[in-house]
Amino acid sequence: MIRTALLVFKKDLRIEMRSRVLLWQVLPFGVMALLLCGIALGPSRAGNSSAGPGLFYLVTLLVALLMINRSQSVDKTPGTKASVATLGLDPAGVFLGKSLALAIELWATGIILLGGSVVILHTSLHGAILALPSVVVTLAALAVAGTLYGALTSGGDGAATLLPVLALPAFAPLLIAGERSFSAALNHGGIWRWWLILSVALSVYTAIGILLYGVLEES
Amino acid sequence: MTNAVTPTVDLHNAVVLSGGFPLLSGVDLQLLPSSLTVITGANGAGKTSLLRLLAGLVPLSEGSGTVAGVDLANGDLRELRRRVGWLGHEGSFYDDLTVRENLTFAAKALERPLIEIERALQRVGLSNRIDTVTKKLSAGQRRRLGLSWLLIRRPEIWLLDEPYASLDDEARTFFDALITDILRSGATVVISAHDKLKSEALQPRTIVLGGGRIVSES
Amino acid sequence: MMKQLSQRLFGPLTLIAMGATLVLGLWVVPPDQVQGELARLVYVHPSVAWVALYVSFGTAAIASALYLWKRTRSEVMDRVANCAMEVSVVFIALTLITGSIWGRPAWGVWWVWDARLTSSAILGVLALGYLALRRANDDVQLRARRSAVFAVLVAINVPIIHFSVQWWKTLHQGATVFTSNRTLLIHGSQAWTLLISFIAFTMLFFWLLRYRYRLEVQRENLAGASLEEALASRRREGTQ
Repeated sequence: MIRTALLVFKKDLRIEMRSRVLLWQVLPFGVMALLLCGIALGPSRAGNSSAGPGLFYLVTLLVALLMINRSQSVDKTPGTKASVATLGLDPAGVFLGKSLALAIELWATGIILLGGSVVILHTSLHGAILALPSVVVTLAALAVAGTLYGALTSGGDGAATLLPVLALPAFAPLLIAGERSFSAALNHGGIWRWWLILSVALSVYTAIGILLYGVLEES
Repeated sequence: MTNAVTPTVDLHNAVVLSGGFPLLSGVDLQLLPSSLTVITGANGAGKTSLLRLLAGLVPLSEGSGTVAGVDLANGDLRELRRRVGWLGHEGSFYDDLTVRENLTFAAKALERPLIEIERALQRVGLSNRIDTVTKKLSAGQRRRLGLSWLLIRRPEIWLLDEPYASLDDEARTFFDALITDILRSGATVVISAHDKLKSEALQPRTIVLGGGRIVSES
Repeated sequence: MMKQLSQRLFGPLTLIAMGATLVLGLWVVPPDQVQGELARLVYVHPSVAWVALYVSFGTAAIASALYLWKRTRSEVMDRVANCAMEVSVVFIALTLITGSIWGRPAWGVWWVWDARLTSSAILGVLALGYLALRRANDDVQLRARRSAVFAVLVAINVPIIHFSVQWWKTLHQGATVFTSNRTLLIHGSQAWTLLISFIAFTMLFFWLLRYRYRLEVQRENLAGASLEEALASRRREGTQ
């Protein structure tokens, strides 16, 4: 399982490094979404709002949806899908490898968007740094859950539109916990219960993915 | 006392459905080891669906059958997939990886020594392209890469979906020689093609599909 | 014999229980001292929510888990999960509608960012997602497997969503029937009517589930009959 996970992890990251879809397509979308958030708040509140943490996570969630679809699509081109299926890879390893690669991509994107929210939405830099550990856990949970939901919807009719319908309601607790812990970090409040939800979600999704990822594979 | 050879493929009234539509409408087929079979037929006759069924990529909806000893109805299709090699006409690899990276991924997944990559590329004549990104290869070179992927795999059954499409004469001759070698090793080869094989080197059994079942064979 | 009898009696008994809830809730039980006639919604809203969030989701989740377990895997489990989830969508919609009707005079708006309301809405979208997922996959086995995994995920999400939204914010009135230490909050005819309403709506759920299941079997039989036609038509293509 670990061997397959490392193999898939390296492969996914290498594909991303070479195709640069994350750099040239996903990141500009994320930055634009942050700017739109500022515009939606209006000139008087754009740089003076407590909504920064929530908007940061909302944009990250939208960006994550694109990245989840991308992560699944690299294996799903017609020829690749059949050939890789005949390699007989351990599904649990594939799940872990894809999740880890997606987590690293999300962490990289998250840090840039966090910087963006400090600059554009005037979120406190000190608070953003304090919030980093919870951002890391939230995005890891998003990556693990996203890989699971991505596999659930891949190959079906309208996979790209089905993913948000299935995943967003399940991501809501992650968004809530992430936003609350970020706000708590800004206001020096307690964050333990949000960490609890994030840790439970991360563990539960990892366990389910290891157990059931193979069941989700297309025949 | 007869010394009967167990067929590698044994299908009885095999039906494959997709959304209620019968892709295969009742196929009876037996294939022996070291045999070459060409499946022909018009577009939509069910050629690729039959290959996909043999590869364990689509489930058997009705009927019965075994492929490489795996029961299609109740057996472990993942195990079947490990025993067959598939070369699709669309290409069989990650476009953003180089030839070497694609084959390293396959070799590591199959726990084969990396030295086999060099050997396979030499065998298919693609050694000079080892560090080329796959999406920059021509259609013929991609086909050769697909074959090298299979050479590393060494499957019991080779399923080649329209391997001769858009190949020049030199590449066709190369393919014929390779298939002859594969047959000598005892593997079963099944090829799908639009027309009968125009090869002097190979003497295949030709099956014509129509409406998702076998309509004639020679 | 007994099974047939109980099946025949289940419909009329459900009807009687629903009728009893209606009569007791609307006419027999006196209006509430604080909320007046509006409080009669207590005989509909909590029991509908109980069916929506626990009975129907629970049925779908258990059937899905049984489908995923190889020993108990069968088309019956897949059908039960699908039908239970469809019925749950109806009950979640009713929960939200009755909740809004109740909340409008109490809170002054149709929608508030209340924990239970928000989490019910999220679960409603998840139930709709389940139905969308079923429609996105043509392959019967793949559809069954994916739906089963999703239903299990939904079931696991129920407490996670519940607690996250609960901690996020809550306006909802506290527990209606019991206090936190399991002491009854309502008494006499109110308690009896409430109990009957819970039984009635639970029976209604199973009655609807049974008929939806039958419909599904008939639909599959029809598809099976048309399959013979499709096979014959497909075979004819080969001879033309």
